[in-house]
Amino acid sequence: MTFSETAVMRFVRAAHPAGAPIIEFKHVSKAYGSKRVLDDVNLKVMRGEVLVILGGSGTGKSVSLRHMNGLEQPDDGEVWVDGVEVSELPEEELVPVRKKIGMLFQSGALFDSMTVFENIAFALREHTTWSEEKIAARVAEVLGFVNLESDVERLLPSSLSGGMKKRVSLARTVALKPEILLYDEPTTGLDPVTSMTINRLIVDLNERLATTSVVVTHDIVSALFVADRIAFLQNARFAFVGTPDEAQNSDVVDLRAFLAAGVSPELTASKGGPP
Amino acid sequence: MAQFDSTTQYIAVLKEPLWKFARLKRWFQNVSFHLGGVGLMAAQLAREARNRWEMSEIIRQMDALGVQSISIASLTALFTGMVLALQTAYALAQFGGKVFVGRVVVLSICRELGPTLTALMVAARVGSGITAELGTMSVTEQVDAMRALGASPIRKLVLPRVVAVTLMLPILTLLADFLGMVGGLIISVVEVNIGASFYLSTVQQSVHVNDVLHGLFKTPFFGFEIAMIGCYNGLNATGGADGVGRATTIAVVVASIAVLMSDFFLTKLFLVLPLGFQ
Repeated sequence: MTFSETAVMRFVRAAHPAGAPIIEFKHVSKAYGSKRVLDDVNLKVMRGEVLVILGGSGTGKSVSLRHMNGLEQPDDGEVWVDGVEVSELPEEELVPVRKKIGMLFQSGALFDSMTVFENIAFALREHTTWSEEKIAARVAEVLGFVNLESDVERLLPSSLSGGMKKRVSLARTVALKPEILLYDEPTTGLDPVTSMTINRLIVDLNERLATTSVVVTHDIVSALFVADRIAFLQNARFAFVGTPDEAQNSDVVDLRAFLAAGVSPELTASKGGPP
Repeated sequence: MAQFDSTTQYIAVLKEPLWKFARLKRWFQNVSFHLGGVGLMAAQLAREARNRWEMSEIIRQMDALGVQSISIASLTALFTGMVLALQTAYALAQFGGKVFVGRVVVLSICRELGPTLTALMVAARVGSGITAELGTMSVTEQVDAMRALGASPIRKLVLPRVVAVTLMLPILTLLADFLGMVGGLIISVVEVNIGASFYLSTVQQSVHVNDVLHGLFKTPFFGFEIAMIGCYNGLNATGGADGVGRATTIAVVVASIAVLMSDFFLTKLFLVLPLGFQ
């Protein structure tokens, strides 16, 4: 299975040269009531990269992510995904686009009335005509991707820890072999060790499945670990888009402060400990 | 539904006198949003109904929403039949009309009380259950996850529930009609001193299949309304536990009012139209 994925992705990469945008925002604006969340935003996500969207709470990071798979529609502007303008498509016509995009939600958003197996098999049963044996094999395979044993298959989400929920959710997200992965706050609420496991999984899956990833976070350690490029959202616009190195030397003062605060030794030192 | 920024703001509006223009305007806005929203969802449902139906999920919902409502519908019908027999016997005793108890009880139950009270009980039990379940799914992003996985919440969540309630309510009503009649029979024999065979023969003479059909034909409409209103409020719930609680209350109130109002219009319609079961 891994061999065929790699072969497919080689073909995809040959057909779509690296560096071409797979997701593009053109003058996108979005407001909720009087609050303008995105204001004439332009953004390109390149094929094969990991783009991290940084920004303070409530700045519209998740909203911009939800525009990429049509969960939100812009008030103005266009959102292009792999050559398709998705901003005004009705739900039925968004299905082919959504099959190419996997999304990991902040809470995991596992269906709590279904077992782990049924959660992961959900999209496979919905979009393929595979036999139950083939579905079971794929479920076991993707659970392996996220380092979980197949004995969790029969458990309900309520009996999983926070980190396991995230990993099962990630397995559900990649089950249908998406070309694009969207991560909404993947490490929020997790302990540092589990956070790092998730970070490694993001990088690993991006390389192994040759996907494009967009990660929304305000966890700077996570951002610097996974990012090929960073986009900084401030005052409803992307104030900065560039590599992590460029971000550290950016002339956007708030971004530098954001990065410095996230990895500051003052914050990592224990309270009352040596300076 | 017009949304409120906070519970405090919501309560502040509720405290305003009803005749104040602002509150009246908001009330009309809410009703219009609700009707429009349910109507749009019904149109979506009609489109989605052309796709594959998930029979296993429909059967699961028929059990959860219908079979498990049998006890509540049965108890309601039984005691309604009993109290109706008591009151009718008391009222008719003054005119020497105790012999009409069976006729009055069964006619009332079959034509009106059976369908309406069963629908109201189902609105309370099932309408609230649907709203709470879908509302929780909405606020925990499970509905968004379903959409993100390329599945339609209307087809996966709404369709099975609407079909299940629409099909199960007539069956529950038929059961309620029977148990209402039994309730009347028990009181007629024990309290009013009318023999069981006499009670049953008056019922047989005066109640026709048309009377049962008249009541029964209204119930799919009630079931459809209850499930649609429950689903609509659930899928549009926002703001965590507070939002789900509010959506559930609204769903039960709106579904109950919808049942009572549509009961009048459907009754009027069935009496006017030449359907053969006036």
